[in-house]
Amino acid sequence: MRFASEYRDAAAARAYAEAIATICRGRWTIMEICGGQTHSIMRYGIDRLLPDAIELVHGPGCPVCVTSAELIDRAIGIASLPDAVLCTFGDMMRVPGSRTDLMSARAAGGDVRMVYSPLDAVREAAANPGREVVFFAVGFETTAPVTAAAVLRAEALGLRNFSLLTAHVLVPPAMEAILRNPGRRIRGFLAPGHVCAVTGFREYESMAADHGVPIVVTGFEPLDILEGIHMCVRQLEEGRAVVENQYVRAVAGDGNPDAIALVRRVFRPVDRAWRGIGPIAGSGLDLKPEYGAFDASLRFDDAVSAEPEPTPCIAGRILTGEAKPGECPAFGTSCTPERPMGAPMVSSEGACSAYFRYGHRHGRSR
Amino acid sequence: MCLGVPGRIEEISGDDPVFRSAVVSFGGTLREVSLAGAPHATVGDWVVVHAGFALGTIREEEAAEVFDYLDRISRMGSEELAADPPPAAGPPDAIEGGTG
Repeated sequence: MRFASEYRDAAAARAYAEAIATICRGRWTIMEICGGQTHSIMRYGIDRLLPDAIELVHGPGCPVCVTSAELIDRAIGIASLPDAVLCTFGDMMRVPGSRTDLMSARAAGGDVRMVYSPLDAVREAAANPGREVVFFAVGFETTAPVTAAAVLRAEALGLRNFSLLTAHVLVPPAMEAILRNPGRRIRGFLAPGHVCAVTGFREYESMAADHGVPIVVTGFEPLDILEGIHMCVRQLEEGRAVVENQYVRAVAGDGNPDAIALVRRVFRPVDRAWRGIGPIAGSGLDLKPEYGAFDASLRFDDAVSAEPEPTPCIAGRILTGEAKPGECPAFGTSCTPERPMGAPMVSSEGACSAYFRYGHRHGRSR
Repeated sequence: MCLGVPGRIEEISGDDPVFRSAVVSFGGTLREVSLAGAPHATVGDWVVVHAGFALGTIREEEAAEVFDYLDRISRMGSEELAADPPPAAGPPDAIEGGTG
C-alpha cells in the first residue's frame, strides 16, 4: 500500500536509530501526544531502538480514555431508554463508566450500535424515523470535522431524531496543562499529525516559545516517529525550541481550512473535565446554540451519574506521562484488556493496552 | 481514534459540499468517504481518511521527505549538524527541502 508500508523499512529505521544515538549527548524525556503514536512505538519496538538516554513518555491523546465517567453514564442512561439507539465508536463499548459500561447496557437490552463514522449514525437516523438516534461524539480535532459534517447532513435531511452527546476535546489546552505541571520532566513533544492535518500548527508556536520546548508535528509510521524523534533531539541538543513539521506529506502550517470551517460552523469551545486529569478551561467543543436541536444533553436531561467505585487504577498519572503502566499495582493482574479497570487498558490508543498487547507485560518500555 | 488511512480516490459523486463523497480504494478495498473537508480533491488524488472523512490530500511531492532527511543526516557528522540548523516551521512553500 502506498504512503504506508514504505515507511516501515527496517534498514532505514536502524539508520535513523544510529543517527539519533550519534547526536544525543544529554538525557531527554520526550512525550508523544497521540495514542496512535504510542501504539506504533510499542508495536514496532521503536523505544528499544533508541539510546538509553532518551525516554519516551505517553500522552493524553486517547479520546476514549479522557471521556468522563459522567458522560459515559449519560450514554448508558440514553441507551437504556426504550425508543433510543445509542451509536458509538467500538472503542467506547467496554470503557467503564462509574458502575458499568455500554457493552453491559447492550447485554441488558439497550440498543447500542457500533459505527465506523458519525455519518453512519445519520444513516441510522434516516432509516429509523420512529427512534431517537444519538451519536456519542468523542474525539480530538481530527474527528470534530466529520462530526460537524454529520450534524450538517442531518440538518439538510431534515432529521429530527438525530442528536449528539458531545465529548469532543482539544489537544493544545491539555498540552498547556501538562507544561504547567511544576514537576514536569518532559523536555520535548511529538505533536499529533492528524490533529495538525486539520488545525495546522500555528497554535503550537507560542507554546514552544513560552515554555522553551521543541514541538515536532509527527506522523504515525515507524520512520515518521523516528524522524520526529531525531528532529526533537536535534533541537534539544542545539538549545532550540520551535515547532517543526515532520509530517509534511499530510500537514500544512495553516491546516485544512475547509475542515476548520466545518468545525467552526457547528461547534464552540467550552470547558471540559478530562477523566483522571480534571477540568481544563477551553479544552472541549460543544454544539453552538443554533444547533441546540441536535444536542442530546438538552433532549435527555434526566441521566444521573453515580459516585465511582474506588479503584487502584492510576489512569490520570498514565495519561499525563507521570507514570508508566508498570507502576500501576493492577497492571496485567487485576486489570487486563479482558477485564479493564481503566480506559487506557481498553482503547486501541491507550498506553496500558499498548504495553499489554506488545509484550511489555511488566509495564516498562525498556 | 485519530487513525488516518491513506487511500486513492476512484470516483466522486454529489455537488453539495456537505454530501459530496468519493469511492476510495485502500489497497483494493473500496469505501465511501465524505469529501466535505476536501472539496478540491479529484479522482486519482491520495487522501488521508479518518472515520469516513477525508482529512486532506497527501502531497505526493513530499512522500520521500523521510528518506531525504535520513540521507542528509547520514552524510553529516554531529558537528556539521550543529552548524546547520534546519529552518523553523513556516508556510510549506518556505520550508526548503521540507524538513521544517
